[in-house]
Amino acid sequence: MQTRPEPAAETAAAPLVSVRNLKTYYSIRGSFLDRLVGREAGVVKAVDDVSLELRKGEVLGLVGESGSGKTTLGRTLLGLVPATEGSVVFEGSDIAKLSERQLREHRRRMQLVFQDPHASLNPAMTIEQSVADPLRIHGIERDKAGIRRRVAEALEHVGLAPAEQFMEKYPSDLSGGQKQRAVIARAIILNPVLLVADEPVSMLDMSVRAKILELLLDLKRDFDLTYLYITHDLATAKFFCDRIAIMYLGRIVEIGPSNAIYEDPKHPYTQALLRAIPEPDPRRVIPRDLPRGEVPDAARPPLGCSFHPRCPKAFAACGWESRDLKDLLEARWARLGAEQYEAEQALFEDLAALDEPATTATVAVRRGRDAAEVLALLESLRAEDPDEPFWLGVRRLEAAPGRVEIEFHEPRVPRLLAQGDVQVECHLHDPELVSS
Amino acid sequence: MSVVSVKDLRVWYGTGRGPVRAVDGVTLEIGEGETLGLVGESGCGKSTLGRGILGLLPEGAATEGEVDYDGRNLLGLSQRDLRKLRGPDLGLIFQEPMTRLNPLLRIEDHFAETLKRHEAGIGDAEVRRRSLEVLGAMGIPPTRFRQYPHEFSGGMRQRIMIALALALRPKLLIADEPTTALDVIVEAQILGILADLKANFGTALLLITHNLGIIAESCDRVAVMYAGKIAEEGPARDVFAEPAHPYTRELLRSTISLETTALHSIPGAPPNLVDPPSGCRFHPRCPDAMRVCVELEPVEQRLESGHRVQCWLHGPERLILAQGREPLVREELAVADEA
Repeated sequence: MQTRPEPAAETAAAPLVSVRNLKTYYSIRGSFLDRLVGREAGVVKAVDDVSLELRKGEVLGLVGESGSGKTTLGRTLLGLVPATEGSVVFEGSDIAKLSERQLREHRRRMQLVFQDPHASLNPAMTIEQSVADPLRIHGIERDKAGIRRRVAEALEHVGLAPAEQFMEKYPSDLSGGQKQRAVIARAIILNPVLLVADEPVSMLDMSVRAKILELLLDLKRDFDLTYLYITHDLATAKFFCDRIAIMYLGRIVEIGPSNAIYEDPKHPYTQALLRAIPEPDPRRVIPRDLPRGEVPDAARPPLGCSFHPRCPKAFAACGWESRDLKDLLEARWARLGAEQYEAEQALFEDLAALDEPATTATVAVRRGRDAAEVLALLESLRAEDPDEPFWLGVRRLEAAPGRVEIEFHEPRVPRLLAQGDVQVECHLHDPELVSS
Repeated sequence: MSVVSVKDLRVWYGTGRGPVRAVDGVTLEIGEGETLGLVGESGCGKSTLGRGILGLLPEGAATEGEVDYDGRNLLGLSQRDLRKLRGPDLGLIFQEPMTRLNPLLRIEDHFAETLKRHEAGIGDAEVRRRSLEVLGAMGIPPTRFRQYPHEFSGGMRQRIMIALALALRPKLLIADEPTTALDVIVEAQILGILADLKANFGTALLLITHNLGIIAESCDRVAVMYAGKIAEEGPARDVFAEPAHPYTRELLRSTISLETTALHSIPGAPPNLVDPPSGCRFHPRCPDAMRVCVELEPVEQRLESGHRVQCWLHGPERLILAQGREPLVREELAVADEA
């Protein structure tokens, strides 16, 4: 879906990269039998309809947990992963539609810094060879002395000075921070305009992280760079980024200027992320009312809003469905002792039927048991914890012969809507849903 | 009453370049129901210390000193006797939950194997009851008891690992970076579980981490390790409010948190432990270094409320010779040496 146009003042700076309705899907390789009969095993929507702009000279933080699609989005932006749909316009060309050959020309202008400095340098190459590699690949400099001069310049820019001291060394001779500096030297040697930095400091010790972040800020100033900073760490992003985009299961759920996001996070997911960070202050305690569970399987995302099963503020429209009922029962049985679990479980036929997402769930009652018993159990759950958001999603709960039927409210997929400077994809901020 | 008491523990590995003194004279105690945080940067010896306490060091590691547990020195025990203690007495939780569960065994079988090995004669019903109890406490539903490790997410596998360690109700649990591979919300869930542990089971916990936020969140006391030694140890609140060792202070300043407004880092890099710096091992990076710090190894000093520190700033005066307190004059560090 389309995002709302941004205020005029912000569009004044021309975007360096413009991402529109970008989708990157991975198809899942099924079993041998699936492939034999040509059955689709399904797709993972790693990036699911993302639109954003990267303005020249800014640092945009792409923040999310593992599996949120942040790394895939960064790679699709660089043309390293083919886009399934949508466009990525960089300096007038749509990266998503270029051939490998055409892409190569653009790659000089956009570079990637990886998370693990130990794995991103070839252990058999000297630092000079590694840093010079892009020059060779792009055929920019063939002259040996010229290569050496440019490598020395790049090394000195990243603080590996005097460069002669490092050129002949191998990665194993360097500390973690020095290796990451060499990786950054390799990224800037072609004078790029855009740097995608994927967790560039998360493998480094705390005492050297600041040094690398400072280096990146210095380089940005000296070379007029634009950064996409991909991270799971909201604390470094707060310090480092001008704007923040929060990703969850392939979608941007909130995006806006850093100070607005940190001062007044709008999406319940952003709020939870911020509250879960352990701060180095023993007087502060992480609250216990954090979202339950974990990021769900991206191949089978929840209906409606992907965050609804974990969201403490979810309500009727958020996408309640059969799988949520199973989670509710399972969470209850985890709390109860084995005996009570066995007694209650004996009321149900196989619960696996609930695994198929449906807005009307049919719970089969075990032969010889009465549907009224199951209904009574579910009603007692509701009475015990009426504030549980799940019950807001239930429209009808009825016993029928041999089964109990639960009908949920129609799921709505949230839209990215503007809230001041920030855009947020949450029904709580959708006037159409909240006022009703 | 301390559950385990480590006295002057030394662990070293032989390498081609000479012995690496990974743990060099460490003394500490952990009491019943107490959580001691062990914090330090990579290569400071914190994981070696954790494994040294449990006798889980690789071949070629040599140890010296004492690890007193229940009236016995664990360092003197045979592997056979140690194996008997691991599980019912001593538990360990690793960082990588996937690599520690057998992919061919159901969760049920992991528990049956563990419980039956240590509690001869335990029946199937009892195995099931005990397993479901600890799994439930970790939020793993009983419906998934017969599933295989690959059917669980990373956070759930780590919870299963903790449940496995707890099924035998160990008196001492060593958790080595238990949440480092996990997402922040799941990490917070696991930290909550570990906090409940000491309340419900009275388990003594050694929590090894590089993350000062986690220490602040979950530990009663904290030991800060640098280059194989405990630089400082004391109640977490005191150490965070008034760090006695310049390393602790600088490490706290370097930590990037939501409150950070300016970046700070410690010059230089941690030393290699084959040939560590003379005197205090932190002196080449220490902004407060004095002349004495190069010449003499610091002596442990006790401060108020059980806070101890190894730093010449805290004396003892009688050992510091004339001019020993003068600031150390040294060459500027090149940027390249720093990180």
